[in-house]
Amino acid sequence: MSVTLQDRVGKPWRKPHFISNPFLRWGLIIATVIYLILAIGSLEVSWERVYLGLERGWRFIVGFSQPDFISRWPDIYEGMIESVIMTITSTIVGIAISIPIALGAASNIAPLPVYLICRGIISISRALNEIIVAILLVAIFGFGPLAGFLTLSFATIGFLAKLLAEDIEDMNKSQAEAIRSTGASWLQWVNFGVQPQVMPRLIGLSIYRLDINFRESAVLGLVGAGGIGATLNTAFDRYEFDTVAAILIMIIVTVMALEFISGNIRARVQ
Amino acid sequence: MLKLEKLTKVYKTGDKALSEVDMEVPKGQVIALIGPSGAGKSTLIRCINRLVSPTGGSVILDGVDVTSLGSSGLRRERRRMGMIFQEYALVERLSVMENVLSGRLGYVGFFRSFFRKFPQSDVDEAFRLLDRVGLLHMADKRADELSGGQRQRVGIARALIQDPAVLLVDEPTASLDPKTSREIMRLIVEMCEERKLAAIINIHDVSLAQMFVQRVVGLKMGRIIFDGAPNQLTPDVLTEIYGEEDWEATIEAVDDDDYDADDVDGEGKKGEA
Repeated sequence: MSVTLQDRVGKPWRKPHFISNPFLRWGLIIATVIYLILAIGSLEVSWERVYLGLERGWRFIVGFSQPDFISRWPDIYEGMIESVIMTITSTIVGIAISIPIALGAASNIAPLPVYLICRGIISISRALNEIIVAILLVAIFGFGPLAGFLTLSFATIGFLAKLLAEDIEDMNKSQAEAIRSTGASWLQWVNFGVQPQVMPRLIGLSIYRLDINFRESAVLGLVGAGGIGATLNTAFDRYEFDTVAAILIMIIVTVMALEFISGNIRARVQ
Repeated sequence: MLKLEKLTKVYKTGDKALSEVDMEVPKGQVIALIGPSGAGKSTLIRCINRLVSPTGGSVILDGVDVTSLGSSGLRRERRRMGMIFQEYALVERLSVMENVLSGRLGYVGFFRSFFRKFPQSDVDEAFRLLDRVGLLHMADKRADELSGGQRQRVGIARALIQDPAVLLVDEPTASLDPKTSREIMRLIVEMCEERKLAAIINIHDVSLAQMFVQRVVGLKMGRIIFDGAPNQLTPDVLTEIYGEEDWEATIEAVDDDDYDADDVDGEGKKGEA
């Protein structure tokens, strides 16, 4: 059993394989290659249709060279304001609900029943795609930004609570232990021992979520949940590609600006 | 004052970390707890303030059985047990002052602490302690800006502002250089003397322990196998605690520093070794 130096010296050394069983290793490689070949083969591309579509695509692109901000400006303005309000309110409400859920979903601080309930809420929020939730809520609350606001708040919970809970689970145990040893109550312990450790992550995630919620608000409008997406949808329906271009440019610029701001803030709070 | 009776801890994995430890700590006595890694030193200290729940036996602090307390009673008793940690365990993103004041959390209500509106007497005491450990000018720095030795001084101030009866000290010098280690040990021992505090200090460095304490307790496999004065630690005893090794060098180092240890025992005078 024991390895002697004589056995190893003079022979080449190689890093052990990630999967040590050669049959399993090669089997997986071959299966992956076969799957890829079959998958690519199953794509049915109708070149005729692509040729027809090219022209429409071209008109769309040409629209970008002359974006029309003017003729539908009142609609665009209203849509943007609605989206911004929807984004900010849903992010704030989502964060406020996420924080207690994140505390409950961190296995190192929550008792098991609370943990399971909070993880359950997170799973439901993550399992349901925003579009599906929006369609459901539009059906309940009617067209308009209320459905969008509720959808985004709900989606924020799944995102923020999960990632924050993971950060809480990764926190430095001894810092929290030190606060506990002073005789602090549970709330004081969270405030002094846990919160300072996860604050940079919470701020970073919140700003990132603000950015996601804005982008999502553009999509949710397509199913009737208000915001700039609704304006975009109308412009598409009217084949007004120059207005579409104007809207898309505004969305892109806003997202880039948010990206820039969030990058700066995140670098600063480290 | 502090009494451990048949204190036992069996972890869920079945590891018996402590078996029936009996120990009595009189007021004002500083004890070094030595023993190999995994002997249960850290568990013993944490069982006293119930950061780890003991599975048997009791901890009695001034007549109160800590092991049988409910959560609010436990909070009240924890205030009387200041803890100093290995790797300092300061909350790194809080300021030095917030870290020191966190030692008062057991005394103030949630909203006061949440808005950092601690009573003036607490604030004054925090500044006094920071001045005593030589860090008054660092009060508003963030804890992660400090060096190792400075952080441990803040850790000491945080434990002392609790106005404890006993200090539980877990490897205070494990990540410090030899000179800083001595300074920190000296500071802890001086503070205990000034305030008549008892202390249990977990420590790996046997010669450092001998230099500063009045009593040494040796732990092995969760049992006390030595309890005596520092100069009773012979090579035979160390072999019994840690295993076979040449201990002469360790003991000799202590002999050289004997007068230093006497100073600390006697009048708490600062001596340079």
